[in-house]
Amino acid sequence: MTLCAAHIKLAWRGGQTVLAVSFLFIAVTLLPFGLGPELKLLRALAPGLLWVVLAISLLTTLDKLFQADFEDGTLDRLRLLPLAFEAALLAKLSGHSLALVLPLILSVPLAGLLLNIDGALLPLLLAAMLCGAPALVMLGGIGAGLAVSVRRGGLLTVLIAMPFYVPVLIFGAAASQAALSDGTSIWPYLGILAALSAATILLAPFAIAAALRAAQD
Amino acid sequence: MLKALENISAIYANPTRFMALAAKLHAPLWGLAALCLAYGLYRVAYVPDDYQQGATVKIMFVHVPAAWMALFGYSFIFVVSGTALVFRHPLGHVAARAAAPVGAVFTLIALVTGSLWGQPIWGTWWVWDARLTSVLVLFFIYLGYIALWQAIDEPTRAARAAALLAIVGFINVPIVKFSVDWWNTLHQPASVSRLARPALHADFLYPLLIMGVGFLLLFLALTLTRMQMEILRQKLRRRS
Repeated sequence: MTLCAAHIKLAWRGGQTVLAVSFLFIAVTLLPFGLGPELKLLRALAPGLLWVVLAISLLTTLDKLFQADFEDGTLDRLRLLPLAFEAALLAKLSGHSLALVLPLILSVPLAGLLLNIDGALLPLLLAAMLCGAPALVMLGGIGAGLAVSVRRGGLLTVLIAMPFYVPVLIFGAAASQAALSDGTSIWPYLGILAALSAATILLAPFAIAAALRAAQD
Repeated sequence: MLKALENISAIYANPTRFMALAAKLHAPLWGLAALCLAYGLYRVAYVPDDYQQGATVKIMFVHVPAAWMALFGYSFIFVVSGTALVFRHPLGHVAARAAAPVGAVFTLIALVTGSLWGQPIWGTWWVWDARLTSVLVLFFIYLGYIALWQAIDEPTRAARAAALLAIVGFINVPIVKFSVDWWNTLHQPASVSRLARPALHADFLYPLLIMGVGFLLLFLALTLTRMQMEILRQKLRRRS
């Protein structure tokens, strides 16, 4: 708990939250320049675009996840705690999610307005993102853990984590599709997203802990 | 059987012994690969044209074996990485590192030849078909794996991190594959499904299998050569 809170405090104080959210909005602002200001087109593409922008914004926050703690020896200390290293990492990851990823998701409605999103779709989109985001954080955490000993390993982290984002994006986008056109139930999609998140929350800390141990020894 | 395998693998954990074996295997393996590929290509040259696709069907004899090697390469990396992590077998990391670029290039060959084949037959260089997409994702996984090896300077650290990534990746590949298959069937009902193709006629099947064996031998030969190079490189590094 304390670990989690400490991570949140650090992220706020370092201005990382503001940076991450700004990044999301800048990315969304660039989209109409690339696609044209046609509101109808933007409305059709908005849910998918928001998913991609969320994933990319999340990826940019990952290099802050373990790097500083690795360099100043905090991670070595965490291993000495009377607490499983995996649990300590899970606390850190939850802190990261609350400090950076939650604000990103909460800015999605406003970003959606900029893209002329269908208002009725927003609650569903938020729900899907909340279900799927933990999986994105955990998979990204594996990438960050593996690249931790590499200086300026941000791009490497992205390259490692991105292929594994495919399933989350597919089912996230499918949920919006189902709500918009097919008229089918959205619950299966939310269920799959939640399942992906649950599985990664359960398994990823072990992979991350192994990666960090490999980097420390 | 298992015991025997254990003994053999224990003997060849010694790099000098492995190098002696590799030196013996090297020429025959390359020779066999060359022979098999030459014979395969000779057979392919006499394959009749497809009644719909004409001569372009011959791309298949490079495309399909390359795609097999793309998958085989990643499975190979997973198995040897797992062996290296669990049994601390030093050659496992060397083999995994050596095989990665080979597998990546076969994946690229599968993608490029697929694209060249798709242009005349489907009328487009690329479609977001489930198979194409998952092979593309596999290619990116290969790239991430190779980049991780190159980014970490310290060899034992790099080896452990890469082995972990290989294992995480191997667990993830079926999930990616499943979701991409599902995604494609939702968005694009099988308009270009290659599965709907009738089963292969023997005229096509045998040359294809020969090419497949040839590609496998080529994969092994390339990997063996790269393993020898890697061991020599490690020796040099230790000396300097």
